[in-house]
Amino acid sequence: MTDFIWLVIALPLAGAVFLHFFGRYVKEPLSGWLASAAIGGAFVVSAVAAVPFIQGGAEPVTISLWEWMPAIGASFELLWDPLAALMALVVTGVGTLIHVFAIGYMHGDERFHRFFTNLNLFAASMLTLVLAGNYAMLFLGWELVGLCSYLLIGFWYTRTTAAAAAKKAFIVNRIGDFGFMIGLMLVFTVFGTLSFAGVFERAAEELTGGMATAIGLLLLVGAAGKSAQIPLYVWLPDAMEGPTPVSALIHAATMVTAGVYVIARSAPIYEFTPVASIVVASVGALTAIWAASIALAQRDIKKVLAYSTISQLGFMFLAVGARAYVAGVFHLMTHAFFKALLFLGAGSVIHSMSDEQDMHRMGGLMRKMPLTAATMAVGALALAGIPPLAGFWSKDEILAADFARGGWYYFLWIIGLVTALLTAFYIARLWVLVFYGEPRWQEDAHPHESPRVMTLPLVALAFLSVVGGLVNTPFRLGLEHFLEPSFEGVHIQEAPTDWLTLGILAALSILAAVVGVGAGVLAYKRPPERWRRFEESFEPLWGTWELAYGVDDLYGRTLVLPGRRLAEAAAFSVDAKVVDGAVNGVGRLVRGAGDWARPLQTGFVRNYGVLFLAGALVVVVWLVASG
Amino acid sequence: MVPVGWYMALAAALFLIGALGMLLRRNALVMFMCIELMLNAVNLTLISAGRAMNDLNGQVAVFFILVVAAAEVVVGLAIIVAIFRRRATASVDELSELRG
Repeated sequence: MTDFIWLVIALPLAGAVFLHFFGRYVKEPLSGWLASAAIGGAFVVSAVAAVPFIQGGAEPVTISLWEWMPAIGASFELLWDPLAALMALVVTGVGTLIHVFAIGYMHGDERFHRFFTNLNLFAASMLTLVLAGNYAMLFLGWELVGLCSYLLIGFWYTRTTAAAAAKKAFIVNRIGDFGFMIGLMLVFTVFGTLSFAGVFERAAEELTGGMATAIGLLLLVGAAGKSAQIPLYVWLPDAMEGPTPVSALIHAATMVTAGVYVIARSAPIYEFTPVASIVVASVGALTAIWAASIALAQRDIKKVLAYSTISQLGFMFLAVGARAYVAGVFHLMTHAFFKALLFLGAGSVIHSMSDEQDMHRMGGLMRKMPLTAATMAVGALALAGIPPLAGFWSKDEILAADFARGGWYYFLWIIGLVTALLTAFYIARLWVLVFYGEPRWQEDAHPHESPRVMTLPLVALAFLSVVGGLVNTPFRLGLEHFLEPSFEGVHIQEAPTDWLTLGILAALSILAAVVGVGAGVLAYKRPPERWRRFEESFEPLWGTWELAYGVDDLYGRTLVLPGRRLAEAAAFSVDAKVVDGAVNGVGRLVRGAGDWARPLQTGFVRNYGVLFLAGALVVVVWLVASG
Repeated sequence: MVPVGWYMALAAALFLIGALGMLLRRNALVMFMCIELMLNAVNLTLISAGRAMNDLNGQVAVFFILVVAAAEVVVGLAIIVAIFRRRATASVDELSELRG
């Protein structure tokens, strides 16, 4: 069955190509259904191909498709192992649901088929990334998803803000990509190949401490760009300018987890560099609490979810940085479920409120859209980490693993615990502000429940958010056994094994979740004046959080403005004066020489004759004289 | 037998007449004839020298020059006739469009 793995990439790609050329001839809902069928087919193929891993005992396989750059060990080859299978299942599974949701959400958009072209192209790119058998092909997918992200953030390109956000995402990602590329070059210098098999086999012999750390840190730079970690996270909140299904699929569930995936995939390299691992975990922890505190004070429903995504990605880095790769990938999976659910729920709300995103103008929507409210409540509780929902198991495993690692990681564990508390608070705030209390709608708002094509994906994701965590519980470590073949020879940080420690840790994270949710609900179920006063009592902290610590402003003044000044100086001084001056100078020189030589041509034949004769005489004299 | 020096002197005289005519006359046709005169002065030199040194190369060179000169005369005369038809004059002083 593994011979057909290439279909996983080929199906969405074929969908994208078909819709690109013929999409305009296909009527509106049909092009959406075609795209959904393409990615749904990819899901079926990967599910069938993953069966041997689920049964256990199957070895990872490498499928070579064709040669590309043999000199650097980069061919089109797919690595089908449990990690790739899990990623492919998440991408295609969640992707299919979001495709279906988008059929309803994008209804009436004049570039409907173009949207699904890009969505399918994104799916093909992401699957190239996760199925790649070497770093070169991974990088190919890595850049392609960046391109798709750019296209989809700027989908409504007539809005200036959307166009600017797309550009920002692309440029910030380029910064990370440079680090990533240098990392890959180092890998090639050390190993002479970029293929996973070649690199990981000889990691123990070739990697001396310094080199491993350098590679690890450079890969982290790339991962921080793609996965929106400090200091490169600023593009993700702006990326919310894209249509909400895009935010759900690309900027929450799949693409932004690519950084986590790369670090998990490169586990055999991080094996030899505790320093880089500590940096990864610290960046993750710092990002987690930083973004969670910003999420507390946002008014825009999508901004809350965007900062929440950054924060949860920080949790995943916290896991893979502590060598708890299984926990990181586990959280990646559960997060894909509940965050996609929350985003789609937010999309459903925005859709029914006629593009209103300010939570201060919502409230009381529970009665108008009960199904959205219920499913979003499930997603919110899963994110908050209330057992037995998905988020609890994965977040708890990360925190437990960091606790078990000890040393510096104790400190990171405390940060993680505080972040869990903040997470529970802001997501409770979001739900209560949107769905509970008295309506604070604008007068022209007529909220209504969304059509079934939108609510059914919500229900499916809500189901996954409930049961998704059960694949890996301390009672039955299913995912850990499943992923074993992918992390052969890698030391994985386990959670503590004795039940007492485990119980205390679980109790602490449940406590954080319950206190957070309780505080959020109690604070915001009161009338608006009361919770406004509550927020004001936190000034000036609250305002700082609402402005996201002013990081955008800081980057604008310290990086963007000098860059712009430099470009202007180059354009109006260097280019206009030096470059153009040199070109014009050459022209003027030739012209001057011509002016000087013109009088020689009198136009009188006799002058030419005299000169000719004189020349001939000179030649004769010279010949005679030289004998 | 006339000594070779006389032939050389005649050739020099012909060349000088041609060169001066070339510089002093304005009629394109006359100037053209002067050029031919110079050309044939050179031919005479080559033949005389070849005869004096008992070498056939001089005469061979003259044959080449005659052939090329015949072709050149055709082109040159055609140009002069064309100019005359267009302008009703063959004075070279009036043909100074190529002045810089």
